[in-house]
Amino acid sequence: MWRDALLIAAKDLKIELRSKVTMNQILPFAFVVLIVFAFALDTSPGTLEKVAPGLFWLAVLFSSIFSVDRAVAIETDDGAGDGLLVYGVDPGGIFLGKVLSVFVQLFLLEIFLLLGVVVLYGPKIGGLPLMVVSAFFATLGLCAAGVTYSQLATGSRAKQTLLPLLLVPVASPVLLAGTKAWQDAFSSATLLGDPWLRLLIVFAVVYLALGAIFFGSILEG
Amino acid sequence: MESKGYRWSRRAVGFVALLLVAATVVLGLWITPPDIVQGQLVRLIYVHPPVAWVAYLAYGVTSIGSVLYLWKRTRNLKWDLLAASSAEVGVIFTGLTLITGSIWGRPAWGVWWTWDARLTTTALLFVLYLGYLALRRVPADSHQRAVRSAIAGLIAFIDVPIVHQSVVWWRTLHQSATVLNATLSPKIHGEMAMTLLLGFIAFTFVYVWMLMHRYQIADMEQSVLDIELEQLIEERQREPESYSDQAVLTQDVDQIDQPSKV
Repeated sequence: MWRDALLIAAKDLKIELRSKVTMNQILPFAFVVLIVFAFALDTSPGTLEKVAPGLFWLAVLFSSIFSVDRAVAIETDDGAGDGLLVYGVDPGGIFLGKVLSVFVQLFLLEIFLLLGVVVLYGPKIGGLPLMVVSAFFATLGLCAAGVTYSQLATGSRAKQTLLPLLLVPVASPVLLAGTKAWQDAFSSATLLGDPWLRLLIVFAVVYLALGAIFFGSILEG
Repeated sequence: MESKGYRWSRRAVGFVALLLVAATVVLGLWITPPDIVQGQLVRLIYVHPPVAWVAYLAYGVTSIGSVLYLWKRTRNLKWDLLAASSAEVGVIFTGLTLITGSIWGRPAWGVWWTWDARLTTTALLFVLYLGYLALRRVPADSHQRAVRSAIAGLIAFIDVPIVHQSVVWWRTLHQSATVLNATLSPKIHGEMAMTLLLGFIAFTFVYVWMLMHRYQIADMEQSVLDIELEQLIEERQREPESYSDQAVLTQDVDQIDQPSKV
């Protein structure tokens, strides 16, 4: 399963390297979101600084919808996913591979996005270990839930509207916990004592397990 | 088709539900006294908690139906239809919970809505299961749809405690549970407690009655699909006889395609 996962992830990342969809479309979109947030809120100093973690995670959540949609669409076009199953690739491996590939892309996107937040909103950044660890688990959870739901919604002609409706409520704890963990990090809380980090870890583990168990049934069903 | 026993039990449940709701209305509006602190407002307590309870009960039934469908030994399309019917009733009752809560919140708290943990969880629960119902509308064959929605139903159910925990930490304002509190000693007494209990039973009967109706409709829809499929198969089996007709038709079309030669 792990070997299959690595193969799938490498394949998807290679496709991304050549098509550059995340780089050329999703990342600029995330930046636009950061800019329009400033329009919707107040640009006076203090306001944006205070809400910066929340806006960051909201932009990541929006971007993740496109990323997971794209990751699953690669296999639905021309029935490529059926081909993988016929080759005997483990469904759990396909799931983990997809999660890994989207995770790598989203994590890189978050690094760029953080630079954007620092420049545009000017929050005081601190507690880097907690920031990185919570971002790691938050992204993992988002990818796991996202890939599962994206595959569930496949076959719908209205997938573009169905996926956000399914994913956003489910992923709302990630948005909340990610924001709170970063706020704690900025006010330099200890790494392991943070309850929000624990929640993010639980979410990631639960959704990775659920996805790995059910992905085969969704693909074949 | 609906069996006679099913029809009669459905009617009996409906009759009992009607009687119990009527009794709750009479007790809740006229017999019970107004509250010392809340005044007449307290009468909503005979509706709001029972409605919320039914919503949770409905989602519980949806999850059980989903598990029974996913488990291969008990796999039967009836479990999927039960899960779907219960989710639909659950969404209605979640909506009612939000509405009755808002009506109570406006005079009691001074606002229609407050970002309290239980309110936020309920709102998210409402959207989660709306998503479940939307997923069921995705065109697919019955088995495929059943598997997908069973998985989605289970994931939604597992998500509820996570969502709840996260918003509890976020903020908490709602008063703690009145009857089912940790020590199981009810904080209200006498006829008010009796009326509340009656409300719980009455709305549970209403739920069962609605579920039976909705299940019946789902079952009939499925039968219509099966009959249509059978008809299509029959038509296809009769097809070889009409092959010659089709050939003539194709020839005609070919001729229409080249009118310039004529």
